[in-house]
Amino acid sequence: MAFDEYQKREFKQVGTRPNRPDGVDKVTGRAMYGADMTLPGMLVGRILRSPHAHAKIKSIDASAALALKGVKAVVTGADFARPEDDFLRDVQENCMARGKALYDGHAVAAVAAIDAATAKAALKLIKVDYEILPHVTDVDAAMKAGAPIVQDGRTLENVPAGMSGNVTSHSEFGHGDPAAGFAKADKVVERSFKTAATHQGYIEPHAAVASVTTDGKGELWCCTQGHFFVRTLCAGMLGMEASQLRVTPSEIGGGFGGKTTVFIEPVALMLSKKAGRPVKVVMTRDEVFRATGPTVSTSIDVKIGMTKDGRITAGEAYLRYSGGAFPCGTIDMGGQAAFAAYDLEHVRTYGWNVLTNRPKEAAYRAPGAPQAIYAVESVVDELCLALKLDPLDVRLKNAAKKGTKSSYGPTFPDIGLVATLEAAHKHPHYTAPLGPNQARGLSCGFWFNFGGNTCVSLNVNTDGTVGITEGNPDIGGSRASVSLMAAEELGIPYEQIRTIVADTNSLGYNDVTDGSRVTFAVGLATIKAARDAVRKMCQRAAKIWDIDEEAVEWKDGAAVPAGPNAGKFPPMTLAEIAADSFATGGPIAGHHEVNVDGAGVSFGVHLVDVEVDKDTGATKVLRYTIFQDAGKAVHPDYVEGQMQGGAVQGIGWALNEEYIYGKDGRLQNAGFLDYRIPVASDLPPIETVILEIPNPGHPYGVRGVGETPIVPPLAAISNAVSRAIGTRMCELPMSPPRILKAIGTTA
Amino acid sequence: MKKLHISTTVNGDPAEFVCTPDESLLDALRNRLGLTGAKEGCGTGDCGACSVTVNGRLVCSCLVLAAEVEGAEIATIEGMADQDKLHPLQRAFIDHAALQCGVCTPGILVAAKSLLAKNPEPTDEEVRYWLAGNLCRCTGYDKIIRAVQSAAAEMRGA
Repeated sequence: MAFDEYQKREFKQVGTRPNRPDGVDKVTGRAMYGADMTLPGMLVGRILRSPHAHAKIKSIDASAALALKGVKAVVTGADFARPEDDFLRDVQENCMARGKALYDGHAVAAVAAIDAATAKAALKLIKVDYEILPHVTDVDAAMKAGAPIVQDGRTLENVPAGMSGNVTSHSEFGHGDPAAGFAKADKVVERSFKTAATHQGYIEPHAAVASVTTDGKGELWCCTQGHFFVRTLCAGMLGMEASQLRVTPSEIGGGFGGKTTVFIEPVALMLSKKAGRPVKVVMTRDEVFRATGPTVSTSIDVKIGMTKDGRITAGEAYLRYSGGAFPCGTIDMGGQAAFAAYDLEHVRTYGWNVLTNRPKEAAYRAPGAPQAIYAVESVVDELCLALKLDPLDVRLKNAAKKGTKSSYGPTFPDIGLVATLEAAHKHPHYTAPLGPNQARGLSCGFWFNFGGNTCVSLNVNTDGTVGITEGNPDIGGSRASVSLMAAEELGIPYEQIRTIVADTNSLGYNDVTDGSRVTFAVGLATIKAARDAVRKMCQRAAKIWDIDEEAVEWKDGAAVPAGPNAGKFPPMTLAEIAADSFATGGPIAGHHEVNVDGAGVSFGVHLVDVEVDKDTGATKVLRYTIFQDAGKAVHPDYVEGQMQGGAVQGIGWALNEEYIYGKDGRLQNAGFLDYRIPVASDLPPIETVILEIPNPGHPYGVRGVGETPIVPPLAAISNAVSRAIGTRMCELPMSPPRILKAIGTTA
Repeated sequence: MKKLHISTTVNGDPAEFVCTPDESLLDALRNRLGLTGAKEGCGTGDCGACSVTVNGRLVCSCLVLAAEVEGAEIATIEGMADQDKLHPLQRAFIDHAALQCGVCTPGILVAAKSLLAKNPEPTDEEVRYWLAGNLCRCTGYDKIIRAVQSAAAEMRGA
């Protein structure tokens, strides 16, 4: 997509806050989520999981389970062909272990039975003979020589020789000569950090209903962020053709990146295939924690040099990420994002991905960025304190802007970082008084954003209303935004448009709902589909008026003659053209398919006030304000919602949430009681300030907004806590025991 | 396992079902009565997505045995609207964009209604503590609190 795409305009509907089209369904309990689907004759599938962190599976004997009355099928890794493609094979082996169980909770077998009780009883009858192997769950321990090797032979050529076999990949980004930059600094700070793995924590567990028939056709209904990708993965694993597997997304009860891959879907299909009946598989919460994607756990060293007046002379980061038991590319995004907010002459990041006996990482909102930026923003804050500089002034002085060669390569076009920093500076929050044991922290945040493959159809109904068919599950109000953009472009009221998310047979391939892409990319394709329909409607008007097509243009929802020479005709509305369509050439529809580029990076700044209780170590978030560039906020309510929701996930990450493994390599807190996500009483109101610096790559200037908000809270809160207690915190989460320990060290 | 026959009232209508002795009320509502508005987010009473009232008392239906509700009056999200007229809380949640994915919404609405029945004029803090048993991962709760307060004001005739 060309960067001259954006054109300034006055919006009539975009930027308003109409009710979402799925609202009534969702407040009345009618909306159908993954587990709400039922088919006649349906069986219940359950999955047996490894209790061991690392074990060889010597044999699986399912004969007793199969002999139990009501059991219809058992599936193990042996039922699946072994895909040649590394990526597909990893996803498959994560869905069903083969040879080795690689983490506590790894699926080893599955059953389908007439009801849940029978399926549960059958699981107990499956005999798995394990040979327990030594395990490793800590990223630093896994890098050491002599660490147990999680998977052999997965090291890429770019990993320097002599490293542990658990190191799978290495990446470097940056420019300049950091050593030369550090030499120019008045102060250099070097720190090491650790961040715990956290879970996306969507409230809806994974659920799938599969129905495979003897002629090889399959139907799959599941909660997913991307049903086309589900089709690709499942068809690949089951040896089906894409045309024979139809995937229909249910309403989705949260994803945040965690539902961008498959876990139970191929298992449900295989069970259905073997049983010859539909099968429903729903995960328990325990399974969600133990066996679906958490984030990477990390260990990071950051070194930054600064002059007395606050100019950063060089930055360097060493990032060690573990994406669990399989190779994981998230390290690359961390390395690229770490210093993205800064305009630096000398910058370099070095990254390693490391295998551990943990579940396979899945994307979580700006994957890889929160951890790297947390470490960088913590060191920047420490330098500000040491040099007695205002932390916002320092960020403004070093901020990336239009024309900056980014730390990861590209030169930035129009970006909103300076505007968000200035907005934060002006905001009353920044200068509000603080009480005892209270402190203020701030951090910048960044995400790349993504466009991707997108296919949209727009049908003009004969009564003058419009139906839009798109292929991206709506995780946060995107049907409303898509309808708004179509309404704007067509010039008809929002209420006359209905947008639906269709199955894999209804449209060409749509990339997953990820990368903050939907409002941007599906919006762009919708606008272009609307323009396609407008062109056709102008043709119909030209036909009726008997003038040239070029002599008709579209204005305020109607075809009008383009200028006085075109002839004198009253405007012909969309409804009038639609009503006549059978007589002028048949139904009218617009369509657009594209692999969208030009997503436009996103920056935000968060301000937070905290109070630390020095007796208990508990941190209370007192005030929170978010400043973020949305490009153009199509439906501001849902832009604010993304900002607020992302920030609160980041607050949880900073203060409470972590995967805790015991010495036995088992996950100790696989439930919401012990893995504590923020609840309403933990939080203050979350104030939002939307900036609009148009993205040159979108017709309305839209940027993705969903991911950036989870990035700043980690450092913003850590900086606030560190200032409140007078000690730099270097590990997340800052749970009360860690804060008490830090205070103890100071005393 | 021998099944039990249970007679109860759901959203004002008589309802009967059979269930196993170890079956949860949530499973009975969803799988026996086809009322899938209440959701299972955890099955351990930590998330509140399965909130319903039993004889007016707010409960996590995943922690109640189905066999316990013989003769009880149960209210679920499906009974919150008055036929084609949404409850003020339901309207407020739509108007204030207090939901994103919406999977926690039925539980939060049932819980909020139960709060306003006891305390028609809660402070923000009281709303936050009452709803502390209802997890929402999408919204950060900000718009939920505003929606509940807006509905409360409307219901008070303010």
